[in-house]
Amino acid sequence: MLIGNYKETYAADEAILRTPATRVWTVVALGAALAFPFLAGDYLLYLVNLMGVLAIGALGLNILIGFTGQISLGHAAFMGIGAYGTAILASRFGLPFWITIPAGGALACAGGMVVGVPSLRVKGLYLAIATLAAQVILEWVFTNWTSVTGGIRGINVAPASILGFPLDTDTRIYFLILGVAVLHFVLATNLRRSRWGRAFVAVRDRDVAAEIVGVNLFRTKILSFMVSSYYAGIAGGLWVYFTKVLTPENFPLSLSIQFLAIVIVGGLGSIPGTVYGTVFMTLVPEMLKAGTGLVRGVWPDAQSYLFPLRDVVFGLLIVVFLIFEPHGLAEVWNRVKRFFSLWPFAK
Amino acid sequence: MSEGLVHLLQLLVSGVVTGGIYALVAMGFVVVYKATHVINFATGEFMMLGAFFAWTAMSALSAPFAVALVAALLASALLGMATERLVLRPLLGQRTISVIMVTIGLAAIFKGLAQIVWSGDYRSYPAIFPRAPIALGPLLLPSRQFYPFLIALAAIALVGLGFRFTRTGTAMRATADDQMAAFGMGIDIRRVFSLSWSLAAMTAAVAGVVVGIIGGISPQLGAIGLRTFPVVILGGLDSIGGALLGGVVIGVLENLAGGYVDPLLDGASLKEVVPFVVLVLTLMVRPYGLFGTREVERL
Repeated sequence: MLIGNYKETYAADEAILRTPATRVWTVVALGAALAFPFLAGDYLLYLVNLMGVLAIGALGLNILIGFTGQISLGHAAFMGIGAYGTAILASRFGLPFWITIPAGGALACAGGMVVGVPSLRVKGLYLAIATLAAQVILEWVFTNWTSVTGGIRGINVAPASILGFPLDTDTRIYFLILGVAVLHFVLATNLRRSRWGRAFVAVRDRDVAAEIVGVNLFRTKILSFMVSSYYAGIAGGLWVYFTKVLTPENFPLSLSIQFLAIVIVGGLGSIPGTVYGTVFMTLVPEMLKAGTGLVRGVWPDAQSYLFPLRDVVFGLLIVVFLIFEPHGLAEVWNRVKRFFSLWPFAK
Repeated sequence: MSEGLVHLLQLLVSGVVTGGIYALVAMGFVVVYKATHVINFATGEFMMLGAFFAWTAMSALSAPFAVALVAALLASALLGMATERLVLRPLLGQRTISVIMVTIGLAAIFKGLAQIVWSGDYRSYPAIFPRAPIALGPLLLPSRQFYPFLIALAAIALVGLGFRFTRTGTAMRATADDQMAAFGMGIDIRRVFSLSWSLAAMTAAVAGVVVGIIGGISPQLGAIGLRTFPVVILGGLDSIGGALLGGVVIGVLENLAGGYVDPLLDGASLKEVVPFVVLVLTLMVRPYGLFGTREVERL
């Protein structure tokens, strides 16, 4: 509960950064983000780049699941569509990244529209299975349409470049990823308070009631699928320039599940939660790796248990969060904030 | 008989064998879905664990096959019950996404644990059945496909009849039909949920053993669970007869595609995706499947 935080105009009430403290912290965070690559080590920078790409994709999935209440088990495949679109335009036609990445996003968006159509006939469990089918079929297409996707040999892509200045190191690509990520997070925040964003939430909460107050269910659901796949496509395009090589096994079902886990652990329908979820789910395996490294002296076999242990911890996180903290890390963070702002007057 | 005809028959027969196994796995889905309206994404992992339970009983305790199978069934039943009680019940009435994700999480846990306990190596059961292939007219069926297929059929029949004629089966069907009414007639719904999960885990265990005999056991055995989604959707999520028919149809289609189309494709395998194409078509034309209950709902 904030005290003394009066809103006198609608504009002030609808603002994204509503308090002086949030404004200050946002500026601090952006400053830290700009300084980060010059202070961090190579590996940490690599991880953060990875998180940036995943966060954009996860945000797309959160728009679909958290805002609109639709389910997708095929998010990684849409990321794949975007990635292949970007890679093909870049490698065959030599187009610059500021065309290929949005084009990849648009292609994924079109794919999302097609897959979104079943959402007219089915929902819930059936929709989950329909998107699962899309994942399997698209993965198959990536592998077997060799004349276009290069099959399992994949596609090599030259680094992105701005006016002849190549973004070929992790530090340089970091700024591209950061810029695109910030842009898309601001976009999503604005989308949420727009007419369409509110329509998404209305469909999630009660679709029949939403239709009665004039929300066109068909268009809203399709739009949600399109926005979600567009985000996935953009993430895919960045992925291409980040790894510079693209193969079909980059986008397996397990990545779709990873996205779902990020959204659930971070907080369904929460935009900052998407970031917390991405950071958390990327760091946990790293910490396990560090942990097994630490106990190597006393338990030399620990290393061989790393991969299965990762599976177990991953599954446990999903189960534990769903049962005990269904609103995810975003809610945990809110509780912590509340505790400090009310202390010592309440617990 | 001409060579082409024999080839066709061979494909059909192996399709039916595959289909029988799909049907058994699908049965595990249907039992849980009927009672609790949950789709169990961990069905494949229940299969894998069942197969490992039986393998451990046979190799470590050198139990005969029948004893090992019973031991695996008991262990799976307990596991199924524990899963329902500890993981699914707290989520009763939650959003679909939560319920789906929790079973996906379970699948990851089971797979990791299996890898820790049994390692990732491939294993196979000690020889169980006579080795001589079975001759069906001009066709030869390997014994390690024929006998497991019989086990699968027996299990399907047992579950089907149990559902139809026993008191517990009737209680399960009543719960699936109308939970409130069943509750009002004195059926213990919680017991039905618990029994459904243990029954599903047992069905999966038999399926796991069957698949294990045919193709060996490893923590990756559960991957076949994913391939049965087309089967349940085609047959109808809440229909046991549908699971049977869907299994056979998908199994046969898969084998026909593998036998006739794949040799024409350069390295690609249509067999892998045909079931999922059928799945998409089913969802577009008849989402509730061949025999599923048609639910009227707003979309």
